[in-house]
Amino acid sequence: MTCSRRDFLKGVMDRALVATLPVSAFVLLSNDEARAAVEGSKVRWAFLVDTRTCTGCGLCVTACKTENEIPFDAPVTRTWVERYVLTKDGETHIDSPLGGRDGFIDDKIRDEEIDPEDIAKAFFVPKLCNQCDNPACVQVCPVGATYQTDDGVVLIDRDWCIGCGYCIMACPYGVRFFHPEERVADKCNFCYHRISNGMQPACVESCAFGARQLANLEDPDDPVTRIIMTERVAVLKDEYGTNPNVFYLGLDASVR
Amino acid sequence: MKWHVLRPLWVAIGIVASILIARMFFVPDDFGVHGESFTYGYYRLSNVQEWRDFPIKYQGREYCIECHEENVQALNSSPHVNIECENCHGPGAGHPDDVEHLPLNTSRELCLRCHADLDYPNGGRTLVPSIDNRRHGRRRDCVQCHYPHDPREDVE
Repeated sequence: MTCSRRDFLKGVMDRALVATLPVSAFVLLSNDEARAAVEGSKVRWAFLVDTRTCTGCGLCVTACKTENEIPFDAPVTRTWVERYVLTKDGETHIDSPLGGRDGFIDDKIRDEEIDPEDIAKAFFVPKLCNQCDNPACVQVCPVGATYQTDDGVVLIDRDWCIGCGYCIMACPYGVRFFHPEERVADKCNFCYHRISNGMQPACVESCAFGARQLANLEDPDDPVTRIIMTERVAVLKDEYGTNPNVFYLGLDASVR
Repeated sequence: MKWHVLRPLWVAIGIVASILIARMFFVPDDFGVHGESFTYGYYRLSNVQEWRDFPIKYQGREYCIECHEENVQALNSSPHVNIECENCHGPGAGHPDDVEHLPLNTSRELCLRCHADLDYPNGGRTLVPSIDNRRHGRRRDCVQCHYPHDPREDVE
């Protein structure tokens, strides 16, 4: 048997290449694993609000303030509930005393008595940060203290924020405020400490009517994601191009 | 160029250099562009973990059932099943080791958040049994008559 130097070297190279191939290179990926390998983050947090079942109890606001250490009696809150009463003459009456922290137990709106016979429809609209795909508040930050994480939540770096307030003015939804104790800008972050540790946001957990739900848009099997994808949902202020990620079921055209 | 023209230039260069050197000490190492976009991803990376470590206050009923099984079972089989324990009892963090008694809210106002009749023709409030706050109960606390863990039962 003859073997030229060329053939011998070629053979050695081929076998060396095969030997260096890891066994894992031949493992077949499932669809989900392949998608994860290509896209990176497997999480995109979103939110679903059902305005048809919200009773305006305001327990979400109470829970949010306690969970996130927002001064309870200060007129600032990360989430709030608005009451809309539309009368038959076309007027819209809106109020949200203390952000709905103590619920709505009186039918007076801003000290105004409305005859029940005149009411066409009445409903409650919970609001919170929309964790926009294109967050205007992040664009305007001059120091890089607010940013978007891989899973879509917009956070504020309390050590880095200088409290200039640009972001508070930039948000079209008015969800940002100045934290009176931390002396920085603050807003809802879907309870990032809870959802990152496998729990539900405080407002979702405290809601007895399922009016608030958290969704992972990257998971097609998530039941809430399925509702967002298949039901008729709306977002607030679509015309601003912020691509908000809080979706509303049964949203009325009068809601601003 | 004459020397007296160059001199302020050296001062300016010195100021810029000192700012750049100071920046090296004050800006954290992990501050920079993370992810795809500079516009939305220019931040201090360790802050994400700081937010993840924020203390959790509300524990959920799985935590309560470990000791108060009887009450949680009563709640789970009642029309109040969807109401979390901590909505009335207060957040359970630190209980029972550090916080012996939770701030229980038994007020009439708490029940009225859902059960006050606002006389609306539609909307979420009409889905809940409601009372006329001015007539029913004469301003007493609801829990004096109604058992909150199962409102179908009266208090003995």
